[in-house]
Amino acid sequence: MVESRLVRIGLRLATWFILGFLYLPLIILGIMAFNESRFMAWPPPGFTLDWFGEALANPAIPQAFVNSILAALVAVAIALVLGTLAAMAVQRFDFFGRNSISFLLILPIALPGVITGIALSTTFQTFGIEFSLMTIIIGHATFCIVIAYNNVVARLRRLPRSPEEASADLGADTWITFRRITMPGMRTALLSGALLAFALSFDEVIVTLFTAGAGTQTIPVWILSAMQRPTELPVVNVVALVLVLFSVIPVYIAQRISGGEAAGTRV
Amino acid sequence: MTTDTPAIASAPGPGRARRVATWLHGRPRAQLRLLLAAPLLWLVVVYLGSLAILLLNAFWTSDPFTGKVNPFDGSLDAFVQIFNNDVYRTIAIRTIGMAILVTVTDALLAFPIAYYMARVASPRMRGILVVVVLMPLWASYLVKIFAWRTILQGNGVLSWVLTPFGITGPGTDDIASSWVVFSYLWLPYMILPIFAGLERVPSSLLEASADLGARAGTTFRRVVLPLVFPALVAGSIFTFSLTLGDYIVPDLVSDAKFIGNVIYDNSSLGDFPVAAAYSMLPIIIVVVYLIIARRLGAFDSL
Repeated sequence: MVESRLVRIGLRLATWFILGFLYLPLIILGIMAFNESRFMAWPPPGFTLDWFGEALANPAIPQAFVNSILAALVAVAIALVLGTLAAMAVQRFDFFGRNSISFLLILPIALPGVITGIALSTTFQTFGIEFSLMTIIIGHATFCIVIAYNNVVARLRRLPRSPEEASADLGADTWITFRRITMPGMRTALLSGALLAFALSFDEVIVTLFTAGAGTQTIPVWILSAMQRPTELPVVNVVALVLVLFSVIPVYIAQRISGGEAAGTRV
Repeated sequence: MTTDTPAIASAPGPGRARRVATWLHGRPRAQLRLLLAAPLLWLVVVYLGSLAILLLNAFWTSDPFTGKVNPFDGSLDAFVQIFNNDVYRTIAIRTIGMAILVTVTDALLAFPIAYYMARVASPRMRGILVVVVLMPLWASYLVKIFAWRTILQGNGVLSWVLTPFGITGPGTDDIASSWVVFSYLWLPYMILPIFAGLERVPSSLLEASADLGARAGTTFRRVVLPLVFPALVAGSIFTFSLTLGDYIVPDLVSDAKFIGNVIYDNSSLGDFPVAAAYSMLPIIIVVVYLIIARRLGAFDSL
């Protein structure tokens, strides 16, 4: 310990303060979901479960959930395949432009969503591609590739090559070696990449707005439109609380697969 | 695949997959092409292709009445419009200023908690804190903005707290609100890389610095800060570029327009070439930022 006692006490206080800043809005959100009044004034005059019933009765909400999950699942599948291929190329081979690959991959996530959004939307319109769930998936997959790539590259760097060489020496061909040796080694990296990519896709609003047709709503798109309608705010609040509670699931899985190491931080 | 042993040594009746594998064996170029084909095709055709089409639009003109873009009608009208309009310049400066302000705010907030997590907390506490900091990152972006709207609005929590002291909060139409909300949204992105960077600093270096007579402040400035700087830059990629392009936060909690709003507004019901031309600004800024960040070693801290 190099830090003095005073510094440590100060750091602890700062930590509590910052955690309060991070969690207070979420706690208030949780309280307001049970607010008796349709208006979002603080403090709530009383508490009720009515808004949960109203949320369940609204057919747009489950439909939006289904769309979100479907789009995320397919986008993640595409991103995992493309990201893994790119990662294996970069990690296993030396070639011209190798260093530019990571740059190219990170661009869709580093550039503002509004730019990715209008670029894709213009392209779809130019080529007469109709907006649908498929166009949403194309947009999401594009910015999810880097997540899969980063996780797999980091894993491949740590995996020793000798088991693969041994497998080849023992007569296994490329496919068998990949399936029996490389794949099991990458499994947890793929899983944590998939989790993070799923979360990003599930949460993406801007790219979705630009690539979705008028009829297709995902959960964030529904929330954004419902937020403009004052009478729907209590229902939005309920959906919001459910989403916050859902976010415990990926954190839990990430902790399990990484064994306490900060998984999912590899953005 | 560095061995010379023929893979077919024990091949029982080679099928097609097997024949392909045999052919690939010892042809690393072909393997590489096979691996790179799909991801590059996707990124270059779908992504870079789309960006190229967007940029082309910037050099085209749009009909002032219908708003329809006249393709292949090359002109610099859109750029001239942007350069001659003070509003566009003000908005650019405001957005960049906000991105810097949010980055600095998050760095200042992230450092103490990251330092506590990495160097003061017990290993058990550290594990818990990592989870606790990660959690809000997984919670939906819109949900967090929604929560802040209920806090900031006229009869929300903030004014309930402040009114007894005779202070008025910023409300949901104030640029200060977008500063608070941006800083809130991106804070975990800053904490986690700095935490990881601090964790990699060997204690022996700090002890050596103390042994050599440096006071805590000097050690921090001359040893800790230079070592975690790449991590700080890695975090700033998120805080900076996410603020730079966002239009939803300014839309929902403030009345000030940002770069993203200009692009969005012009793309949906205004002048599309102007939207496309204005998009170049964040693209150039982010690409330059990424190049500098990579030079500073930030990509290894991601």
